[in-house]
Amino acid sequence: MSTTTTAAGPARAERPVYKVTMGRTVQAEWAKFWSLRSSWITLAVALVFVLAFGLIRDWRYTVMMNAGHVHDPEVLDANGVGLSLFGLNFGQLAVGVLGVLVTAGEYSTGMIRSTLAAVPRRLPVLWAKALIFGAVALLLGVVAAFAAFGIGSGILSGSKAALGFGDAGVIRSLIMAGAYLALIGICGVALGSLLRSVAGGIAVLLGTLLLVPGLMELLPTSWQNNVSQFLPDHAGDSMYALHQDLHTLSATNGLLVLMGWAALALAGAAYRLKRSDA
Amino acid sequence: MIEAQQLTKRYGEKTAVDRLDFTVRPGTVTGFLGPNGAGKSTTMRMIVGLDAPSSGSVTVNGRRYAEHTAPLQEVGALLEAKSIHPGRSAFNHLNSLALTHGIPRRRVEEVIELTGLQSVARRRAGAFSLGMGQRLGIAAALLGDPATIMLDEPVNGLDPEGVLWIRNLLTGLAAEGRTVFVSSHLMSEMALTADHLIVVGRGRLLADTTVKDLIRQSGGDTVKVASSDPARLREVLAGPGVEITGRSGSEELEVTGLAARAIGLKAAEHGIALFELSTKGVSLEEAFMELTRDDVEYHGSTTVPSVHHAEAAEPVGSAA
Repeated sequence: MSTTTTAAGPARAERPVYKVTMGRTVQAEWAKFWSLRSSWITLAVALVFVLAFGLIRDWRYTVMMNAGHVHDPEVLDANGVGLSLFGLNFGQLAVGVLGVLVTAGEYSTGMIRSTLAAVPRRLPVLWAKALIFGAVALLLGVVAAFAAFGIGSGILSGSKAALGFGDAGVIRSLIMAGAYLALIGICGVALGSLLRSVAGGIAVLLGTLLLVPGLMELLPTSWQNNVSQFLPDHAGDSMYALHQDLHTLSATNGLLVLMGWAALALAGAAYRLKRSDA
Repeated sequence: MIEAQQLTKRYGEKTAVDRLDFTVRPGTVTGFLGPNGAGKSTTMRMIVGLDAPSSGSVTVNGRRYAEHTAPLQEVGALLEAKSIHPGRSAFNHLNSLALTHGIPRRRVEEVIELTGLQSVARRRAGAFSLGMGQRLGIAAALLGDPATIMLDEPVNGLDPEGVLWIRNLLTGLAAEGRTVFVSSHLMSEMALTADHLIVVGRGRLLADTTVKDLIRQSGGDTVKVASSDPARLREVLAGPGVEITGRSGSEELEVTGLAARAIGLKAAEHGIALFELSTKGVSLEEAFMELTRDDVEYHGSTTVPSVHHAEAAEPVGSAA
Protein backbone atom coordinates (compact mmCIF):
# COMPACT_ATOMS: atom_id res chain seq x y z
CA MET A 1 0.00 0.00 0.00
CA SER A 2 2.59 2.52 1.00
CA THR A 3 6.19 2.77 0.07
CA THR A 4 8.54 1.13 2.49
CA THR A 5 11.77 2.90 1.77
CA THR A 6 10.63 5.94 3.70
CA ALA A 7 10.05 3.89 6.83
CA ALA A 8 12.86 5.69 8.57
CA GLY A 9 10.92 8.89 8.84
CA PRO A 10 13.42 11.53 9.82
CA ALA A 11 17.00 10.91 8.79
CA ARG A 12 19.46 9.51 11.28
CA ALA A 13 21.31 12.78 11.73
CA GLU A 14 18.36 14.75 13.02
CA ARG A 15 17.22 12.12 15.45
CA PRO A 16 14.96 13.62 18.08
CA VAL A 17 15.71 12.97 21.74
CA TYR A 18 12.90 11.19 23.53
CA LYS A 19 12.77 10.24 27.17
CA VAL A 20 10.35 8.34 29.38
CA THR A 21 9.44 10.34 32.50
CA MET A 22 6.97 9.91 35.32
CA GLY A 23 5.00 12.92 34.11
CA ARG A 24 4.73 11.51 30.60
CA THR A 25 3.67 8.14 31.94
CA VAL A 26 0.87 9.90 33.83
CA GLN A 27 -0.12 11.72 30.63
CA ALA A 28 -0.18 8.45 28.73
CA GLU A 29 -2.27 6.69 31.36
CA TRP A 30 -4.64 9.66 31.42
CA ALA A 31 -5.12 9.38 27.65
CA LYS A 32 -5.55 5.61 27.92
CA PHE A 33 -8.18 5.92 30.62
CA TRP A 34 -10.36 8.36 28.73
CA SER A 35 -10.02 6.62 25.36
CA LEU A 36 -12.04 3.61 26.52
CA ARG A 37 -15.79 3.65 26.45
CA SER A 38 -15.97 1.43 29.55
CA SER A 39 -14.41 4.23 31.64
CA TRP A 40 -17.13 6.71 30.73
CA ILE A 41 -19.94 4.21 31.15
CA THR A 42 -18.77 2.91 34.53
CA LEU A 43 -18.17 6.41 35.89
CA ALA A 44 -21.66 7.41 34.78
CA VAL A 45 -23.07 4.31 36.47
CA ALA A 46 -21.23 5.17 39.69
CA LEU A 47 -22.59 8.71 39.62
CA VAL A 48 -26.14 7.48 39.01
CA PHE A 49 -25.85 4.91 41.82
CA VAL A 50 -24.70 7.48 44.38
CA LEU A 51 -27.36 9.99 43.41
CA ALA A 52 -30.30 7.66 42.79
CA PHE A 53 -29.98 5.43 45.84
CA GLY A 54 -29.25 8.39 48.11
CA LEU A 55 -32.32 10.25 46.93
CA ILE A 56 -34.53 7.16 47.19
CA ARG A 57 -33.37 6.79 50.79
CA ASP A 58 -34.20 10.44 51.50
CA TRP A 59 -37.62 9.99 49.99
CA ARG A 60 -38.25 6.80 51.97
CA TYR A 61 -37.34 8.65 55.16
CA THR A 62 -39.92 11.35 54.55
CA VAL A 63 -42.53 8.72 53.71
CA MET A 64 -41.88 6.92 57.00
CA MET A 65 -41.87 10.21 58.92
CA ASN A 66 -45.17 11.22 57.44
CA ALA A 67 -46.61 7.79 58.21
CA GLY A 68 -45.79 8.39 61.86
CA HIS A 69 -42.95 5.84 62.35
CA VAL A 70 -41.00 8.39 64.40
CA HIS A 71 -39.73 5.81 66.92
CA ASP A 72 -38.41 3.43 64.29
CA PRO A 73 -34.60 3.36 64.85
CA GLU A 74 -34.15 3.86 61.11
CA VAL A 75 -35.90 7.19 61.46
CA LEU A 76 -34.70 8.09 64.94
CA ASP A 77 -30.94 8.00 64.27
CA ALA A 78 -31.07 9.36 60.75
CA ASN A 79 -29.36 12.53 59.60
CA GLY A 80 -29.27 14.22 56.25
CA VAL A 81 -25.67 13.23 55.51
CA GLY A 82 -26.15 9.55 56.28
CA LEU A 83 -29.35 9.38 54.27
CA SER A 84 -28.10 11.22 51.20
CA LEU A 85 -24.79 9.30 51.08
CA PHE A 86 -26.52 5.91 51.27
CA GLY A 87 -25.84 5.50 47.56
CA LEU A 88 -22.09 5.37 48.20
CA ASN A 89 -22.53 1.70 49.12
CA PHE A 90 -23.42 1.07 45.50
CA GLY A 91 -21.27 3.70 43.87
CA GLN A 92 -18.20 2.16 45.52
CA LEU A 93 -18.85 -1.10 43.69
CA ALA A 94 -18.83 0.58 40.28
CA VAL A 95 -15.72 2.58 41.15
CA GLY A 96 -13.91 -0.47 42.56
CA VAL A 97 -14.75 -2.57 39.50
CA LEU A 98 -13.51 0.17 37.17
CA GLY A 99 -10.29 0.33 39.20
CA VAL A 100 -9.78 -3.40 38.66
CA LEU A 101 -10.46 -2.96 34.94
CA VAL A 102 -7.84 -0.21 34.64
CA THR A 103 -5.06 -2.68 35.47
CA ALA A 104 -6.37 -6.23 35.05
CA GLY A 105 -8.01 -5.23 31.76
CA GLU A 106 -4.53 -4.72 30.31
CA TYR A 107 -3.58 -8.28 31.20
CA SER A 108 -6.73 -9.85 29.81
CA THR A 109 -6.39 -8.01 26.49
CA GLY A 110 -2.60 -8.19 26.05
CA MET A 111 -2.22 -4.40 26.16
CA ILE A 112 0.14 -4.84 29.11
CA ARG A 113 2.88 -6.00 26.69
CA SER A 114 2.71 -2.71 24.81
CA THR A 115 2.52 -0.75 28.04
CA LEU A 116 5.54 -2.40 29.62
CA ALA A 117 7.55 -2.31 26.40
CA ALA A 118 7.09 1.48 26.44
CA VAL A 119 7.81 1.81 30.17
CA PRO A 120 10.01 -1.17 30.99
CA ARG A 121 10.79 0.11 34.48
CA ARG A 122 7.20 -0.87 35.16
CA LEU A 123 6.51 0.76 38.53
CA PRO A 124 5.78 4.23 37.07
CA VAL A 125 2.86 2.61 35.23
CA LEU A 126 1.30 1.38 38.49
CA TRP A 127 1.84 4.72 40.26
CA ALA A 128 0.42 6.62 37.28
CA LYS A 129 -2.67 4.41 37.11
CA ALA A 130 -3.29 4.68 40.87
CA LEU A 131 -2.76 8.43 40.75
CA ILE A 132 -5.06 9.24 37.87
CA PHE A 133 -7.77 6.82 38.86
CA GLY A 134 -7.60 8.00 42.48
CA ALA A 135 -7.94 11.60 41.29
CA VAL A 136 -10.84 10.79 38.97
CA ALA A 137 -12.67 8.82 41.69
CA LEU A 138 -12.05 11.60 44.22
CA LEU A 139 -13.52 14.19 41.91
CA LEU A 140 -16.45 11.98 41.01
CA GLY A 141 -17.09 11.17 44.68
CA VAL A 142 -16.99 14.78 45.83
CA VAL A 143 -19.25 15.93 43.01
CA ALA A 144 -21.69 13.06 43.58
CA ALA A 145 -21.73 13.58 47.37
CA PHE A 146 -22.34 17.34 47.11
CA ALA A 147 -25.06 16.78 44.51
CA ALA A 148 -26.74 14.00 46.49
CA PHE A 149 -26.66 16.06 49.68
CA GLY A 150 -27.74 19.25 47.93
CA ILE A 151 -30.73 17.67 46.22
CA GLY A 152 -31.42 15.50 49.26
CA SER A 153 -31.66 18.43 51.64
CA GLY A 154 -34.47 19.75 49.42
CA ILE A 155 -36.36 16.49 49.93
CA LEU A 156 -35.64 16.41 53.66
CA SER A 157 -36.30 20.07 54.38
CA GLY A 158 -38.50 20.60 57.38
CA SER A 159 -37.87 17.08 58.71
CA LYS A 160 -35.84 16.20 61.80
CA ALA A 161 -32.96 14.93 59.71
CA ALA A 162 -32.67 18.06 57.61
CA LEU A 163 -29.18 19.56 57.44
CA GLY A 164 -27.57 22.30 55.42
CA PHE A 165 -24.06 22.71 53.99
CA GLY A 166 -23.36 25.10 56.85
CA ASP A 167 -23.97 22.57 59.61
CA ALA A 168 -21.04 21.27 61.59
CA GLY A 169 -19.12 18.46 59.92
CA VAL A 170 -21.22 18.35 56.74
CA ILE A 171 -18.58 19.62 54.33
CA ARG A 172 -15.96 17.35 55.90
CA SER A 173 -18.26 14.33 55.47
CA LEU A 174 -18.94 15.12 51.83
CA ILE A 175 -15.24 15.52 51.00
CA MET A 176 -14.46 12.35 52.93
CA ALA A 177 -17.04 10.57 50.79
CA GLY A 178 -14.95 11.51 47.75
CA ALA A 179 -11.77 10.37 49.48
CA TYR A 180 -13.48 7.08 50.29
CA LEU A 181 -14.30 6.41 46.65
CA ALA A 182 -10.76 7.40 45.65
CA LEU A 183 -9.23 4.89 48.07
CA ILE A 184 -11.62 2.09 47.06
CA GLY A 185 -10.71 2.87 43.44
CA ILE A 186 -7.00 2.66 44.25
CA CYS A 187 -7.60 -0.65 46.02
CA GLY A 188 -9.27 -1.86 42.81
CA VAL A 189 -6.32 -0.70 40.69
CA ALA A 190 -3.92 -2.49 43.03
CA LEU A 191 -5.93 -5.71 43.20
CA GLY A 192 -6.29 -5.81 39.42
CA SER A 193 -2.55 -5.42 39.01
CA LEU A 194 -1.77 -7.92 41.76
CA LEU A 195 -4.12 -10.66 40.53
CA ARG A 196 -3.86 -9.86 36.78
CA SER A 197 -7.40 -11.09 36.32
CA VAL A 198 -10.57 -9.04 35.96
CA ALA A 199 -12.73 -11.74 37.50
CA GLY A 200 -10.28 -12.44 40.32
CA GLY A 201 -9.81 -8.76 41.13
CA ILE A 202 -13.53 -8.05 41.23
CA ALA A 203 -14.20 -11.16 43.32
CA VAL A 204 -11.63 -10.24 45.95
CA LEU A 205 -12.69 -6.60 46.03
CA LEU A 206 -16.41 -7.28 46.34
CA GLY A 207 -15.78 -10.15 48.73
CA THR A 208 -13.82 -7.86 51.01
CA LEU A 209 -16.39 -5.09 50.85
CA LEU A 210 -19.57 -7.15 51.01
CA LEU A 211 -18.90 -10.61 52.45
CA VAL A 212 -16.14 -10.17 55.03
CA PRO A 213 -18.16 -7.76 57.23
CA GLY A 214 -20.89 -10.42 57.37
CA LEU A 215 -18.37 -13.09 58.38
CA MET A 216 -17.43 -10.97 61.37
CA GLU A 217 -20.62 -12.12 63.03
CA LEU A 218 -19.02 -15.51 63.47
CA LEU A 219 -16.49 -14.01 65.86
CA PRO A 220 -17.16 -13.51 69.58
CA THR A 221 -18.82 -10.16 70.22
CA SER A 222 -15.83 -8.64 72.02
CA TRP A 223 -13.60 -9.43 69.04
CA GLN A 224 -16.17 -8.18 66.56
CA ASN A 225 -16.10 -4.73 68.07
CA ASN A 226 -12.32 -4.59 67.97
CA VAL A 227 -11.68 -6.13 64.59
CA SER A 228 -14.66 -5.07 62.58
CA GLN A 229 -13.97 -1.35 62.73
CA PHE A 230 -10.68 -1.86 60.90
CA LEU A 231 -12.23 -3.52 57.87
CA PRO A 232 -12.01 -1.37 54.71
CA ASP A 233 -15.77 -1.09 54.50
CA HIS A 234 -16.29 -0.01 58.12
CA ALA A 235 -13.23 2.22 58.20
CA GLY A 236 -14.71 3.90 55.15
CA ASP A 237 -18.10 4.31 56.78
CA SER A 238 -16.55 6.11 59.71
CA MET A 239 -14.70 8.43 57.31
CA TYR A 240 -17.84 10.09 56.04
CA ALA A 241 -20.26 9.47 58.95
CA LEU A 242 -21.42 12.66 60.61
CA HIS A 243 -21.40 11.10 64.10
CA GLN A 244 -19.26 8.27 65.32
CA ASP A 245 -20.71 5.32 67.23
CA LEU A 246 -19.11 3.60 70.18
CA HIS A 247 -17.26 0.97 68.19
CA THR A 248 -16.26 2.93 65.12
CA LEU A 249 -13.09 4.82 64.32
CA SER A 250 -12.89 8.59 64.15
CA ALA A 251 -13.08 10.06 60.68
CA THR A 252 -9.34 10.71 60.59
CA ASN A 253 -8.48 7.25 61.86
CA GLY A 254 -10.91 5.74 59.36
CA LEU A 255 -9.09 7.61 56.61
CA LEU A 256 -5.71 6.43 57.89
CA VAL A 257 -6.85 2.81 58.16
CA LEU A 258 -8.28 2.77 54.64
CA MET A 259 -5.12 4.43 53.33
CA GLY A 260 -3.23 1.63 55.04
CA TRP A 261 -5.29 -0.98 53.21
CA ALA A 262 -4.74 0.79 49.89
CA ALA A 263 -1.00 1.06 50.56
CA LEU A 264 -0.83 -2.62 51.43
CA ALA A 265 -2.61 -3.61 48.21
CA LEU A 266 -0.36 -1.29 46.19
CA ALA A 267 2.75 -2.73 47.80
CA GLY A 268 1.63 -6.23 46.84
CA ALA A 269 0.87 -5.08 43.31
CA ALA A 270 4.24 -3.33 42.99
CA TYR A 271 6.07 -6.41 44.22
CA ARG A 272 4.41 -8.68 41.70
CA LEU A 273 4.71 -6.19 38.84
CA LYS A 274 8.43 -5.77 39.42
CA ARG A 275 9.25 -9.38 40.16
CA SER A 276 7.27 -11.54 37.79
CA ASP A 277 7.21 -11.89 34.03
CA ALA A 278 4.53 -9.94 32.22
CA MET B 1 22.60 -4.55 17.75
CA ILE B 2 21.28 -7.31 20.00
CA GLU B 3 23.69 -9.41 22.01
CA ALA B 4 22.71 -12.51 23.97
CA GLN B 5 25.14 -14.18 26.32
CA GLN B 6 24.32 -17.58 27.75
CA LEU B 7 20.71 -16.46 27.73
CA THR B 8 18.57 -18.98 29.58
CA LYS B 9 14.94 -19.20 30.59
CA ARG B 10 13.59 -22.03 32.69
CA TYR B 11 9.98 -22.63 33.64
CA GLY B 12 10.19 -25.15 36.44
CA GLU B 13 11.63 -28.31 34.94
CA LYS B 14 11.33 -27.14 31.37
CA THR B 15 14.08 -25.11 29.80
CA ALA B 16 12.56 -22.89 27.14
CA VAL B 17 15.77 -21.12 26.21
CA ASP B 18 19.05 -22.87 26.82
CA ARG B 19 22.31 -20.89 27.02
CA LEU B 20 21.85 -18.96 23.79
CA ASP B 21 24.75 -16.90 22.50
CA PHE B 22 24.20 -14.76 19.45
CA THR B 23 24.63 -11.30 18.03
CA VAL B 24 22.21 -9.57 15.70
CA ARG B 25 24.03 -6.96 13.63
CA PRO B 26 22.80 -3.79 11.98
CA GLY B 27 22.34 -3.41 8.24
CA THR B 28 21.04 -6.88 7.53
CA VAL B 29 17.88 -8.84 8.10
CA THR B 30 18.58 -11.58 10.59
CA GLY B 31 16.16 -14.46 10.59
CA PHE B 32 15.39 -16.22 13.86
CA LEU B 33 14.33 -19.63 12.82
CA GLY B 34 13.09 -22.67 14.60
CA PRO B 35 10.16 -25.02 14.89
CA ASN B 36 7.18 -24.15 17.08
CA GLY B 37 8.13 -24.23 20.74
CA ALA B 38 11.83 -23.68 20.06
CA GLY B 39 11.96 -20.67 22.37
CA LYS B 40 11.87 -17.88 19.78
CA SER B 41 9.06 -15.90 21.38
CA THR B 42 10.48 -16.33 24.86
CA THR B 43 13.83 -15.04 23.63
CA MET B 44 12.19 -12.00 22.08
CA ARG B 45 10.21 -11.34 25.23
CA MET B 46 13.45 -11.38 27.19
CA ILE B 47 15.02 -8.91 24.76
CA VAL B 48 12.35 -6.30 25.57
CA GLY B 49 12.31 -7.16 29.26
CA LEU B 50 8.84 -8.69 29.47
CA ASP B 51 10.40 -11.89 30.81
CA ALA B 52 13.48 -11.92 33.00
CA PRO B 53 16.21 -14.42 32.07
CA SER B 54 16.81 -17.25 34.55
CA SER B 55 20.48 -16.73 33.88
CA GLY B 56 22.65 -15.08 31.28
CA SER B 57 21.83 -11.73 29.76
CA VAL B 58 20.69 -9.98 26.65
CA THR B 59 21.47 -6.38 25.76
CA VAL B 60 20.28 -3.99 23.10
CA ASN B 61 22.79 -1.45 21.85
CA GLY B 62 25.00 -2.25 24.81
CA ARG B 63 22.45 -1.99 27.59
CA ARG B 64 19.60 -3.96 29.03
CA TYR B 65 16.35 -2.82 27.43
CA ALA B 66 14.89 -1.40 30.66
CA GLU B 67 17.98 0.72 31.25
CA HIS B 68 17.45 2.86 28.17
CA THR B 69 15.93 6.28 28.75
CA ALA B 70 13.83 5.98 25.60
CA PRO B 71 13.37 2.23 24.99
CA LEU B 72 10.99 2.66 22.05
CA GLN B 73 13.73 4.59 20.30
CA GLU B 74 16.11 1.64 20.72
CA VAL B 75 13.90 -1.31 19.87
CA GLY B 76 10.56 -1.46 18.15
CA ALA B 77 8.99 -4.83 18.74
CA LEU B 78 6.03 -6.64 17.29
CA LEU B 79 5.30 -9.60 19.50
CA GLU B 80 3.40 -12.61 18.30
CA ALA B 81 0.24 -12.18 20.32
CA LYS B 82 -1.94 -9.09 19.99
CA SER B 83 -0.78 -6.41 22.37
CA ILE B 84 -3.62 -3.94 22.20
CA HIS B 85 -6.81 -3.12 24.03
CA PRO B 86 -9.59 -3.97 21.55
CA GLY B 87 -11.74 -1.08 22.76
CA ARG B 88 -9.18 1.58 21.88
CA SER B 89 -8.80 3.05 18.41
CA ALA B 90 -5.56 2.58 16.50
CA PHE B 91 -4.77 6.27 16.82
CA ASN B 92 -5.39 6.35 20.57
CA HIS B 93 -3.35 3.21 21.05
CA LEU B 94 -0.35 4.62 19.23
CA ASN B 95 -0.79 8.03 20.80
CA SER B 96 -0.78 6.62 24.33
CA LEU B 97 2.50 4.84 23.61
CA ALA B 98 3.92 8.00 22.05
CA LEU B 99 2.98 10.08 25.10
CA THR B 100 5.21 8.01 27.41
CA HIS B 101 8.25 9.10 25.39
CA GLY B 102 7.20 12.58 24.35
CA ILE B 103 7.01 11.42 20.73
CA PRO B 104 5.08 14.12 18.83
CA ARG B 105 1.63 13.53 17.43
CA ARG B 106 3.05 14.16 13.97
CA ARG B 107 5.06 10.96 14.23
CA VAL B 108 1.91 9.05 15.23
CA GLU B 109 0.20 10.27 12.05
CA GLU B 110 3.35 9.39 10.11
CA VAL B 111 3.44 5.73 11.17
CA ILE B 112 -0.29 5.42 10.56
CA GLU B 113 0.27 6.60 7.01
CA LEU B 114 3.35 4.42 6.62
CA THR B 115 1.41 1.30 7.52
CA GLY B 116 -1.61 2.29 5.45
CA LEU B 117 -4.02 2.54 8.37
CA GLN B 118 -5.36 6.05 7.65
CA SER B 119 -8.87 4.91 6.83
CA VAL B 120 -9.30 2.80 9.99
CA ALA B 121 -7.21 4.74 12.50
CA ARG B 122 -10.24 6.02 14.38
CA ARG B 123 -11.96 2.67 14.57
CA ARG B 124 -11.84 0.25 17.49
CA ALA B 125 -8.75 -1.91 17.03
CA GLY B 126 -10.68 -4.95 18.23
CA ALA B 127 -12.58 -4.98 14.95
CA PHE B 128 -9.39 -5.13 12.87
CA SER B 129 -8.64 -8.04 10.57
CA LEU B 130 -5.49 -10.03 11.20
CA GLY B 131 -3.63 -8.09 8.53
CA MET B 132 -4.66 -4.69 9.88
CA GLY B 133 -3.78 -5.87 13.38
CA GLN B 134 -0.26 -6.74 12.18
CA ARG B 135 0.05 -3.35 10.52
CA LEU B 136 -0.97 -1.67 13.77
CA GLY B 137 1.64 -3.73 15.62
CA ILE B 138 4.26 -2.67 13.08
CA ALA B 139 3.16 0.96 13.35
CA ALA B 140 3.76 0.72 17.10
CA ALA B 141 7.16 -0.86 16.50
CA LEU B 142 8.20 1.97 14.15
CA LEU B 143 6.83 4.72 16.41
CA GLY B 144 10.11 5.60 18.10
CA ASP B 145 12.04 5.42 14.82
CA PRO B 146 14.13 2.69 16.46
CA ALA B 147 17.57 1.51 15.43
CA THR B 148 16.54 -2.07 16.05
CA ILE B 149 13.32 -3.65 14.82
CA MET B 150 12.21 -6.99 16.12
CA LEU B 151 9.20 -8.84 14.72
CA ASP B 152 7.85 -12.15 15.97
CA GLU B 153 6.24 -14.18 13.16
CA PRO B 154 5.13 -11.08 11.27
CA VAL B 155 3.74 -12.89 8.23
CA ASN B 156 1.62 -15.39 10.14
CA GLY B 157 -1.85 -15.43 8.70
CA LEU B 158 -1.27 -12.61 6.23
CA ASP B 159 -2.50 -12.63 2.66
CA PRO B 160 0.05 -12.57 -0.18
CA GLU B 161 -0.15 -8.80 -0.48
CA GLY B 162 0.52 -8.42 3.22
CA VAL B 163 3.43 -10.85 3.08
CA LEU B 164 5.00 -8.95 0.22
CA TRP B 165 4.52 -5.67 2.06
CA ILE B 166 6.30 -6.99 5.15
CA ARG B 167 9.11 -8.45 3.05
CA ASN B 168 9.76 -5.12 1.36
CA LEU B 169 9.47 -3.27 4.64
CA LEU B 170 12.09 -5.49 6.28
CA THR B 171 14.63 -5.23 3.49
CA GLY B 172 13.98 -1.49 3.31
CA LEU B 173 14.63 -1.07 7.04
CA ALA B 174 17.83 -3.09 6.87
CA ALA B 175 19.00 -1.07 3.88
CA GLU B 176 18.70 2.03 6.05
CA GLY B 177 21.25 0.50 8.37
CA ARG B 178 18.89 -0.73 11.06
CA THR B 179 19.13 -3.99 12.91
CA VAL B 180 16.25 -6.18 11.78
CA PHE B 181 15.48 -9.35 13.69
CA VAL B 182 12.59 -11.47 12.45
CA SER B 183 11.40 -14.78 13.74
CA SER B 184 9.67 -17.41 11.70
CA HIS B 185 9.11 -21.12 11.59
CA LEU B 186 9.01 -20.98 7.80
CA MET B 187 12.36 -21.40 6.16
CA SER B 188 10.95 -20.52 2.77
CA GLU B 189 9.92 -17.11 4.08
CA MET B 190 13.33 -16.48 5.63
CA ALA B 191 15.09 -17.51 2.46
CA LEU B 192 13.43 -14.60 0.69
CA THR B 193 14.17 -11.89 3.24
CA ALA B 194 16.99 -12.85 5.58
CA ASP B 195 20.71 -12.63 4.95
CA HIS B 196 21.77 -14.06 8.24
CA LEU B 197 20.16 -16.90 10.14
CA ILE B 198 20.03 -17.87 13.77
CA VAL B 199 18.50 -21.31 14.03
CA VAL B 200 17.22 -22.68 17.32
CA GLY B 201 15.58 -25.91 18.37
CA ARG B 202 14.35 -26.75 21.85
CA GLY B 203 15.87 -23.57 23.15
CA ARG B 204 19.37 -24.38 21.93
CA LEU B 205 21.38 -22.67 19.25
CA LEU B 206 21.65 -24.97 16.23
CA ALA B 207 23.25 -22.62 13.73
CA ASP B 208 24.41 -19.03 13.48
CA THR B 209 25.19 -18.67 9.82
CA THR B 210 24.36 -17.02 6.54
CA VAL B 211 21.76 -18.37 4.19
CA LYS B 212 24.49 -19.23 1.66
CA ASP B 213 26.59 -21.12 4.19
CA LEU B 214 23.62 -23.06 5.42
CA ILE B 215 22.99 -24.33 1.90
CA ARG B 216 26.62 -25.20 1.41
CA GLN B 217 26.78 -26.99 4.77
CA SER B 218 23.88 -29.18 3.95
CA GLY B 219 25.65 -30.36 0.81
CA GLY B 220 23.92 -27.83 -1.36
CA ASP B 221 24.37 -27.49 -5.09
CA THR B 222 25.30 -30.99 -6.06
CA VAL B 223 25.64 -31.64 -9.77
CA LYS B 224 24.37 -34.90 -11.11
CA VAL B 225 26.22 -36.07 -14.17
CA ALA B 226 25.71 -39.21 -16.22
CA SER B 227 28.38 -40.15 -18.72
CA SER B 228 29.66 -42.97 -20.90
CA ASP B 229 32.85 -43.31 -18.86
CA PRO B 230 32.29 -42.36 -15.21
CA ALA B 231 35.64 -43.71 -14.09
CA ARG B 232 37.55 -41.45 -16.45
CA LEU B 233 35.29 -38.51 -15.71
CA ARG B 234 36.15 -38.90 -12.04
CA GLU B 235 39.86 -38.56 -12.81
CA VAL B 236 39.26 -35.56 -15.05
CA LEU B 237 37.16 -33.69 -12.52
CA ALA B 238 39.21 -34.51 -9.43
CA GLY B 239 40.83 -31.51 -7.77
CA PRO B 240 41.01 -29.61 -4.51
CA GLY B 241 37.58 -28.93 -2.98
CA VAL B 242 35.83 -31.24 -5.36
CA GLU B 243 33.97 -34.22 -4.01
CA ILE B 244 32.69 -36.95 -6.25
CA THR B 245 30.46 -39.83 -5.30
CA GLY B 246 28.93 -42.57 -7.37
CA ARG B 247 28.13 -46.21 -7.18
CA SER B 248 30.33 -48.59 -9.10
CA GLY B 249 28.58 -49.96 -12.13
CA SER B 250 26.36 -46.89 -12.36
CA GLU B 251 27.00 -44.29 -15.01
CA GLU B 252 25.85 -41.51 -12.66
CA LEU B 253 28.13 -39.37 -10.51
CA GLU B 254 27.31 -36.72 -7.95
CA VAL B 255 29.74 -33.85 -7.86
CA THR B 256 30.02 -31.04 -5.36
CA GLY B 257 32.43 -28.15 -5.59
CA LEU B 258 32.16 -27.68 -9.34
CA ALA B 259 29.51 -25.92 -11.37
CA ALA B 260 27.59 -27.83 -14.02
CA ARG B 261 29.10 -25.57 -16.66
CA ALA B 262 32.67 -26.41 -15.63
CA ILE B 263 31.88 -30.12 -15.61
CA GLY B 264 30.40 -29.95 -19.11
CA LEU B 265 33.40 -28.09 -20.48
CA LYS B 266 35.88 -30.50 -18.94
CA ALA B 267 33.99 -33.50 -20.26
CA ALA B 268 33.95 -32.00 -23.75
CA GLU B 269 37.64 -31.22 -23.53
CA HIS B 270 38.37 -34.89 -22.85
CA GLY B 271 35.83 -36.24 -25.28
CA ILE B 272 33.57 -37.85 -22.70
CA ALA B 273 29.98 -38.04 -23.78
CA LEU B 274 27.47 -36.78 -21.25
CA PHE B 275 23.89 -38.06 -21.08
CA GLU B 276 22.73 -35.90 -18.25
CA LEU B 277 24.02 -32.85 -16.47
CA SER B 278 21.85 -31.17 -13.85
CA THR B 279 22.27 -29.08 -10.75
CA LYS B 280 20.43 -30.46 -7.78
CA GLY B 281 19.85 -27.44 -5.50
CA VAL B 282 19.14 -28.35 -1.93
CA SER B 283 16.16 -26.35 -0.84
CA LEU B 284 16.56 -24.31 2.30
CA GLU B 285 13.50 -26.06 3.62
CA GLU B 286 15.34 -29.38 3.44
CA ALA B 287 18.44 -27.90 5.01
CA PHE B 288 16.32 -26.55 7.84
CA MET B 289 14.48 -29.82 8.38
CA GLU B 290 17.79 -31.63 8.42
CA LEU B 291 19.10 -29.24 11.05
CA THR B 292 16.10 -29.29 13.34
CA ARG B 293 14.88 -32.82 12.87
CA ASP B 294 15.93 -33.90 16.34
CA ASP B 295 14.64 -30.76 17.95
CA VAL B 296 11.08 -30.58 16.79
CA GLU B 297 8.84 -30.50 19.82
CA TYR B 298 6.01 -32.57 18.41
CA HIS B 299 6.45 -34.95 15.53
CA GLY B 300 3.56 -35.76 13.32
CA SER B 301 3.53 -39.20 11.86
CA THR B 302 2.49 -39.82 8.30
CA THR B 303 3.48 -43.44 8.11
CA VAL B 304 1.03 -46.18 8.91
CA PRO B 305 2.40 -48.03 11.91
CA SER B 306 3.78 -51.35 10.75
CA VAL B 307 3.71 -54.55 12.75
CA HIS B 308 7.07 -54.16 14.41
CA HIS B 309 6.32 -50.56 15.24
CA ALA B 310 3.10 -51.40 16.97
CA GLU B 311 4.81 -52.86 20.01
CA ALA B 312 6.65 -49.63 20.65
CA ALA B 313 3.60 -47.86 21.94
CA GLU B 314 5.44 -44.78 23.07
CA PRO B 315 3.68 -41.43 22.83
CA VAL B 316 4.46 -39.47 19.72
CA GLY B 317 5.53 -36.39 21.64
CA SER B 318 8.42 -38.17 23.32
CA ALA B 319 10.23 -38.84 20.07
CA ALA B 320 13.67 -37.35 19.50
